Amino acid sequence: MASAATESRTVTGRRQSRLVELFDYKPFLIFLCLLPAAAFLLVFLSYPLGLGIWLAFTDTRIGRTGQFIGFENFVSLWHDRVFITTVGNTLLYTGAATVGKFALGLWLALLLNNHLPFKSLLRAIILIPWIVPTVLSAIAFWWIYDPQFSIISYVLVDVLGWRDSYIDFLGQPWPARWSLIAANIWRGIPFVAISLLAGLQTISPSLYEAAMLDGANAWQRFRHVTLPMLMPILAVVLTFSVLFTFTDFQLVYAITRGGPVNATHLMATLAFQRGIPGGQLGEGAAIAVAMIPFLVLATLFSYFGLARRKWQQGEDND
Amino acid sequence: MTDQSLGSRPQLTDQERDGVIDWSSGPRRFITLYLPLSLFLIVLLFPFYWMAITAIKPNGELLDYKNNNPFWVKSPTLENIHKLLFQTDYPQWLWTTMMVAAVATALSLFSSVLAAYAIQRLRFKGSQYVGLAIYLAYLVPPSILFIPLATLIFQFGLFDSPLALILTYPTFLIPFCTWLLIGYFKSIPYELEECAMIDGATRLQTLWRITLPLAMPGLISAGIFAFTLSWNEFIYALAFIQSSEKKTVPVAVLTQLVEGDVYHWGSLMAGALLGSIPVAILYSFFVDYYVASLTGAVKE
Repeated sequence: MASAATESRTVTGRRQSRLVELFDYKPFLIFLCLLPAAAFLLVFLSYPLGLGIWLAFTDTRIGRTGQFIGFENFVSLWHDRVFITTVGNTLLYTGAATVGKFALGLWLALLLNNHLPFKSLLRAIILIPWIVPTVLSAIAFWWIYDPQFSIISYVLVDVLGWRDSYIDFLGQPWPARWSLIAANIWRGIPFVAISLLAGLQTISPSLYEAAMLDGANAWQRFRHVTLPMLMPILAVVLTFSVLFTFTDFQLVYAITRGGPVNATHLMATLAFQRGIPGGQLGEGAAIAVAMIPFLVLATLFSYFGLARRKWQQGEDND
Repeated sequence: MTDQSLGSRPQLTDQERDGVIDWSSGPRRFITLYLPLSLFLIVLLFPFYWMAITAIKPNGELLDYKNNNPFWVKSPTLENIHKLLFQTDYPQWLWTTMMVAAVATALSLFSSVLAAYAIQRLRFKGSQYVGLAIYLAYLVPPSILFIPLATLIFQFGLFDSPLALILTYPTFLIPFCTWLLIGYFKSIPYELEECAMIDGATRLQTLWRITLPLAMPGLISAGIFAFTLSWNEFIYALAFIQSSEKKTVPVAVLTQLVEGDVYHWGSLMAGALLGSIPVAILYSFFVDYYVASLTGAVKE
């Protein structure tokens, strides 16, 4: 009885140790560790990416497999006024919002880099617009931009008396575009500010001391000390920001849904409108694929711009 | 300056910095520092104040600026919130969103820990390229993927099922978490693991007993980020879910609470506010991890 128990224990022990050996066999362990992540990314990212590019060259609709039609989708988009406007909107939206976010974000970071009471509380509060779900804050903006009950109009007309009439923020193309850009800037400032603040805090005060001894004024200190030292981190944050602003969907979908009369569509919202409710999967995919060249440009910029930086998990042997 | 110096330069303590930076005088400091800072705070927080005050305003005050000061509320009411909780599927939406976010986060953390460990610790030929591939995966935006993913989800029979979201969210969560964790594992001295292995621990034991406990702050921040990102996700949830009761909060607030041309602004704002509260609470508990890893991730 006792010996049988011991025997079975040694058998399981041996089996366990063989299993342990297998788990200590490095190639197997590497394979095993990468398997879950790779499976997710191959099935739900790489494959769909390829499928999307294929769909862009077909006339697939919802519920019907499409035929290969070559560049027909792209040719018809090229002659589509709405699509051309949309590309223009996307470039304007990305450009203007990025400039706004970085100018204001850098300013805020410089302010926060001073000696202030309640420093960490302040940083925590400033990040709030960034952590709250985009659509939910977009709904607040939708209400702020209401044609009849906009609080901005109320302040300008009834409190300050600077204008005679309420502003129709979302009813006309240009005001609608600027309203969206303003909302995007609002949401982007915290991330830019906190990231740049992290960069600012690594700049040694002795550099400023040296510059002051050499007689540099505030602007010169900013231009010749702060800015060059901040460049690497600025480049990373800029790349990410451009990428995500360019492919933005939520804000526009929540506030204008591309209106008035398609005037504020971004490429992502147009792709959605044509592809999902419109049922033209092929055309929608073509619009999405048309974003890729812009994204590749941004990524190449990041790659070559940052090539001198060590890649994160780096070549260094630590 | 070289880029390498950025990573190696130590963070300065407040004391070291303040003596030098704090040079401007009283009134000037007010104009150049406190005034713009207060303006920033007001602008950044105003939409939330506006959301909150709208959520508790009775309809009469909401639509009458002539006789009421719109910035204040005279007779606050819970009617909007009551309506939201008891006459709509709002509790159901909250529950769905929380469940989807929690499961997607758990799956992603599991996959990311293993992947980051393999890339950072089990050095192998090409581990750099695997790392680069994961970085590139992070750069592929959902707005490009949702159309082919929709056809895929349909083929798998997952359309209109929360499983569709649970399985697709890891595509943007895994690259992000892996990237964050690689940085974290790197900061843990490898000698600790070597010691454990000399004492006879297997690699998995080492990961479980030594590396993971030490990487806990990294795991927590990756988890919070993943949860917040899932909560915020919109385009997949909009495209893959149709039934009202299976929608997530951001989608449902936008598509279910707006009936035709009549906007119930009170309930709409209450919905937006309540939907923000869970992430805000999570964030406030772990804000230090959050800020540290955000700045760390960008700086690396």
